[in-house]
Order: sequence, then C-alpha cells, then structure tokens
Amino acid sequence: MAQINLNKIAHSYIKNPKSDSDYALKLIDNIWDDGGAYALLGPSGCGKTTLLNIISGLLVPSKGRILFDGKDVTELPPEKRNIAQVFQFPVLYDTMSVFDNLAFPLRNRGFDEDSVKKRVLEIAEVLDLTPFLDKKAAGLAADAKQKISLGRGLVRSDVAAILFDEPLTVIDPNLKWQLRCKLKEIHEQLKLTLIYVTHDQVEALTFADKVVVMYGGEIVQIGTPQELFENPSHKFVGYFIGSPGMNFLPCKVDGNMAVIQDINGVMMKNNAIAQNVGIPLNDYLSKLASKASGHLELGIRPLYLRVHANEVNGSLKAKVKSLQDHGNFKILTAILAGHTLRARLDEEDKAIIGAEDVWLEFPIDWIRLFSKERLLK
Amino acid sequence: MNKWEDNRAWFLVIPVFIIVAFSAILPLMTVVNYSVQDIFGPGDRMFVGVEWFKEVLGDSRLHEALLKQFLFSGLVLLIEIPLGIGIALLMPKKGWGSSLSLVLMALPLLIPWNVIGTIWIVFTRPDIGLLGSFINGMGIPFDHTASPIQAWITLILMEVWHWTPLVVLLAYAGLRAIPEAYFQAAKIDGASAWAVFKYIQLPKMRGVLTIAILLRFMDSFLIYAEPFVLTGGGPGNSTTFLSIYLVKIAVGQFDLGPAAAFSLIYFLIVLLLSWLFYQVLQNAGKGGA
Repeated sequence: MAQINLNKIAHSYIKNPKSDSDYALKLIDNIWDDGGAYALLGPSGCGKTTLLNIISGLLVPSKGRILFDGKDVTELPPEKRNIAQVFQFPVLYDTMSVFDNLAFPLRNRGFDEDSVKKRVLEIAEVLDLTPFLDKKAAGLAADAKQKISLGRGLVRSDVAAILFDEPLTVIDPNLKWQLRCKLKEIHEQLKLTLIYVTHDQVEALTFADKVVVMYGGEIVQIGTPQELFENPSHKFVGYFIGSPGMNFLPCKVDGNMAVIQDINGVMMKNNAIAQNVGIPLNDYLSKLASKASGHLELGIRPLYLRVHANEVNGSLKAKVKSLQDHGNFKILTAILAGHTLRARLDEEDKAIIGAEDVWLEFPIDWIRLFSKERLLK
Repeated sequence: MNKWEDNRAWFLVIPVFIIVAFSAILPLMTVVNYSVQDIFGPGDRMFVGVEWFKEVLGDSRLHEALLKQFLFSGLVLLIEIPLGIGIALLMPKKGWGSSLSLVLMALPLLIPWNVIGTIWIVFTRPDIGLLGSFINGMGIPFDHTASPIQAWITLILMEVWHWTPLVVLLAYAGLRAIPEAYFQAAKIDGASAWAVFKYIQLPKMRGVLTIAILLRFMDSFLIYAEPFVLTGGGPGNSTTFLSIYLVKIAVGQFDLGPAAAFSLIYFLIVLLLSWLFYQVLQNAGKGGA
C-alpha cells in the first residue's frame, strides 16, 4: 500500500525527442493517495498504458521521478517495486494448478511452504477460487483466469499497488459486472491502491473513486465521476464522458446573454425583429466570460438540455433530425443554427414524437463555458 | 431433391481422389502386390502369401539395421531438440541481428541432401579436409572410412549441422509468438530465468516442438542420401541404416518380394512411432487437468 508520487514525469519512445509531439507522455505531476481506486481513462494512444508501465517499472520515464511513499523507485525494475499487474488477457502459467499459480510469486520470494499455503487459501477465499485450487489453470473460464492473475498480485502482502490494464476486455458482458463488483469489494476489504486503465467510461466511473482522464499524452482532469460529468475541465472530457457526449455551441457573450453563432460564425438572429437571440447566463458565468479571451463555446449535457414541443420563455427553436430509442430513454438529435445538438428524453412526451421543430431550453445552472477548449472557472 | 444435390458434391472431390490414388494408393498397392508374390520375370509370378514377411522378419541383418536406426534417430533427437531450443533462446529478438541469424540458420536447409553428403566428405577427409586434417593435426587419428565410431560421429555431426536449424526456426517462431505480457508478469512475480523457461516458454512451444520432433524423427528414421554419399553404409555394415539396407535388397540383389515386404514393415513402423510421439506430446501438457 502506498501513495504514488508522479514527479514531473514525461516519456518519449524516441531517443532524442525534440518537439512536444515526440512525447507519448507530456508532463505529468501528480500525487495519488494511498488506498485510492484510480481509473486511467482515455482513447487508444492517449498514453495511459505508457503511464501504467512507468508506474509498474516496465518503462523508465525519459524525465522525472516516481516515488512510492516518498521512496524513489524510478530506476527499480518491476520485481523490486512491490506492484502487481493484471493484463488485458489472462496471463497464467498453463501447466500449473490454480494453487501453484497463486503460490508462484510467494515461492519465488522464498516464503516457507506453510505460510504460502495459508496465504493462498486466504486469497482464494476472497476471490471465490477455493473450489478450483486443484484444477489446472488452463482449463478455466476467462473470468476465473483473470481472477487468478489478480490473485497472484493479492497474495503478496507487501504489494504497494495493483495495476489493471483493461482487464475486462476478454470477459463476457454479464460477467464483467460481477467481476467489477468483486474488484470493488476487494478494494474495500484490503484497502489497496488500485490503478485501472480502461477506455470504457462505464468501467472507469463504476470502479474508481477518482477518474484520471488522459488525452494526447496529458492528464486533462482528475476527479470523481460526478465532477467529470458536471464540470468537465476540458472539451475532451465533455465529449468522452457521458453518452452521448456534451453539446458544444460557439458563442459570444453579450452582458448576461450567450449569443449563438451559426456554423459560418454569423450571430443567430431572430428574423422577425432582427435582434440577436441569446441564452441567458448566470452572473458567475457572465463575469467569467467578460474576462476570458479567445473563442468561447457553450457546453451543455444532453441530460440537462430541456426539450419542449411549444415555445416557452427563453427557449430556442431547433429542427428535429432524428429521435432514437434507447429503451428506457430517447435521444433527440436537433439542428440549431447549423449545429447538431443532442438531448436525452427520459419521459415520454407525445407532442415531441413526430414533431418537425422543437424548442430547446438551456437550464441556467447547467450551462458551462469553454475557452480554448478549457472550462472557464 | 436435397439428397441429389448433396450427392453431386462428390464430383468436386473426385480430382483429389484421383491425385491421391496415383500418388499414394496405387504405388502402395503395387508394393503390397509384390510383397505377396514371387516374381521370376514379366508375366511369370507366383503367389507366396506371407512368405516374404516371414523371411524379412527373421533376417538378422534387418534387426541390426533397425537397432542402428533407432539409435541414430534417438541420438539425433536428443541432440537436435535441446540444441535447437537453446539456439532459438539465444537468438536476437529484433533488429538486423534477428534477420541475419535467421538467414544463417536457414542456409544448411537450402542445400540438396546429396550435396550435403559431398560437402561433408570433403570437409572430413583426413588428408585435405578442413575438419579431418585439423583433427589429425591435433594428434588424434581420424578417418571415418576406417573407424565405425568415427563414421557415426561424423554422420551425427552432419545430421545435427544440417537439421538443427529446422528445430531452431520452429522454436524461434514459437518463442516469438508468446505475448510480451507473459514475460512482464513473470518479472513482476519475481520468476527466475529458469522458471520463465520452464513455465512459460517451454509450455507455449509445445505445439511447434511437437512438429519439430515428428519431422526430425521421421526424416532421421528415413535417412538415406547423406549416409549413402558419405559412408555408403560402411565401414563394414556399421552405418547401414534401414533405407540403405532396403535399397541393397531391392536394387543390389533385385529381391523385389522381400524388399516390398520390408518396405511395408518400415512404413508401418514409422507410422506407428509418429502416432505414438504425437499422442505423448499432445497429452504432455494436459495431464491432470
């Protein structure tokens, strides 16, 4: 168990990196708490596996130091770091029994057979592997195999952190949920520091206390699932978290009104009175906007965007493009000033189904403003 | 209607049947035919039943040749398989070193078999051969045409030189196919290099090693061209393996009946042993599951 300190880490796979783009990991400076469950979330190629390998010791970063509980481990190989890792697919010693698989890390470290047996039985109990202990590991189902991989990490009582590299990729969907719950349970029981790499937001959000969102070799936000959802600090987080992602509209702020620009950058006008049409903002946002430089964008989650069949005060008219049924909710796609917006409809509104035009209301508390892709705050 | 369509599908298989018939079944049947007849000349033959089989099975020279054949194949497998795995483990994993070593390894496999024999005749000649004269120069009398032991050593050396690369290439391919995560996991588990070999590399190579062992067993058990060129079966009968003895009977003495019976027995032995090897190797990794 350990606190992990990533001290100004950067990594490049090129020998003599010149520009910023040569770095797979740009600059990462962070402290992760002891006993926390962290999810590293990001698209393929964002550097999350690179970061994981730096933590596990399979890679030595080009720059910066990494400390476990204040002890510099930057140059230490994996076996000296007291970390365990679970890989994308089950990594097992096929010829050994489940028991021998679990005992392997302990035997390699020279523990006596009595304490090995005691510890293996303990961990097998936690992982529900006891009935399989005498079986060959090779014959088991994928989820049991992944539990064995995890168990090989858990048996070591000195483990500082367990790293997961997309461990549920090969697991059947119905078992994924079970295994995720098991992980959560183990985390609460053993209070280990867990780091979980995934590109699946559902996995990340259900697993972790803190989600670390990575994009283009940088950490763009670290926060609780709720923080990421409500206050994405980067447009990417807005897109990536939530399904569908956040809606963005380029705008200019005029007093306490956000005036939407159409795709050609022209202000949206009300034809009848040739006046700019805007979305009202609260004082906090208008103040922030007045200080911000560069192009502004207004962001709102599909969940919060309200849809009306008839005009209501402060709403904007949009053309309906499609209405998709997702079972217990519907996703409405509408065009507003050339921009595509999505809204999530949880309640059945007969008037909206089949309508050509709808009125969109932007609840004042759920509007966020972005400048240069970053959240204004 | 459906039945008729299904039956017509057999027409598509006919070409294969014809090819297999001409390439395997017809020649084999000819041999079966010869093995039960005494042939005096064209159109002049007599059915003798299992007479030739009895004669061949009671032939002490055949027993001797069979024993030598087992010894030879056994020694070849014992040397080539571990050596091949060892070399494959030592070969560079990537970069130009990997390509270079693969080309070097493949070279002996590209040489025609009788040329291999010829190369080794020259190489081991006691007077002018690089190896032969070198050993003699060290004060050890060496002449594989005179000493049965030296003839065996030379043959096995040649066989190892010629065919270990095949084992190396197969083992190397097997090793390269192991995902990197296994080695990373082993590192994290604190496994020694020996444990990595025993628990990861060797089990993961089982498939390719099965093929390597089968191929090497069959080829070495059927070996003909190289000893024929290098030693001609001598000195004495010391390197007269099964196939050399068979050719002596069939071509040298023109005893077609016994030779045919011999061929069939030879064929069955290879078939049986290959099947045994295959079964043992397939079950080796699964025991106790």
